[in-house]
Amino acid sequence: MSKMTLTTEGDMHIVVTRRFAALPEAVYRAHTESKIIQKWLLGPDGWSMPVCIIDPRPGGTFRYEWVNGTGRGFHITGEFVELVPFSRIVHIERMHLPDPTPDNHVVTTFEKDGAGTLMTMRMTLPDAATVSAMLATGMAGGMEASYVRLETLI
Amino acid sequence: MPNLDAAFSAMADPTRRAILARLALGEATVMELAEPFDMTQPAVSRHLKVLEGAGLILRRVEGAKRPCRLAPAAITEIDQWLDMLRVALARNYDRLDDVLAEVTLKRRKAKR
Repeated sequence: MSKMTLTTEGDMHIVVTRRFAALPEAVYRAHTESKIIQKWLLGPDGWSMPVCIIDPRPGGTFRYEWVNGTGRGFHITGEFVELVPFSRIVHIERMHLPDPTPDNHVVTTFEKDGAGTLMTMRMTLPDAATVSAMLATGMAGGMEASYVRLETLI
Repeated sequence: MPNLDAAFSAMADPTRRAILARLALGEATVMELAEPFDMTQPAVSRHLKVLEGAGLILRRVEGAKRPCRLAPAAITEIDQWLDMLRVALARNYDRLDDVLAEVTLKRRKAKR
């Protein structure tokens, strides 16, 4: 099953698409209600989000904090720019590692697609220094996995 | 095909990793590469020589220019990061599928 696509657009953007078997209203709520967000926005297995503070209105802020079983953690803060229930969310976010990464501008849209929803998320591609900083945290053991991949290619 | 030791030692340098990250987004000339890195063209050329020797980039001749691109098997930080993002997002959305299924089920029950 490969319902998700992730592509780069020029050297500025990443575009992610994903289909869901639920109406746009439900998918939109899952992106704006803290109790629902805490159930799924968790990244790799082993992480949880004990803090999810969100004020989904233009100018409203949010703060998500993640921890894993070994006591490591990080957080994201951001602001909402535009919210069109149940079709569009524009927000700005940054990761604190603990220094904040450059602002990531994210536009998420939810379109009715048959009985379900097509979600499209367009975000800023981080610069090389930010990518290095994020990889250095080893959040997903990405380096190791890629070295294994490199070995299989040679 | 890159030589594994040469590839890793070439990638140990932050400037060369940044050059690879830039090339992951498309072909570039020495001049285009020198600009964002605030380096002279000869300095960039030296880094490119190391990357080329390690089999991580390929160069072609176009008039006086020799544009570079990533070798097909080259791994870059941006690739690693995009892989990490892809895995994390895919996992998130699979979880969201389950959450949405639960919500839909509850609504149906409530309607009965």
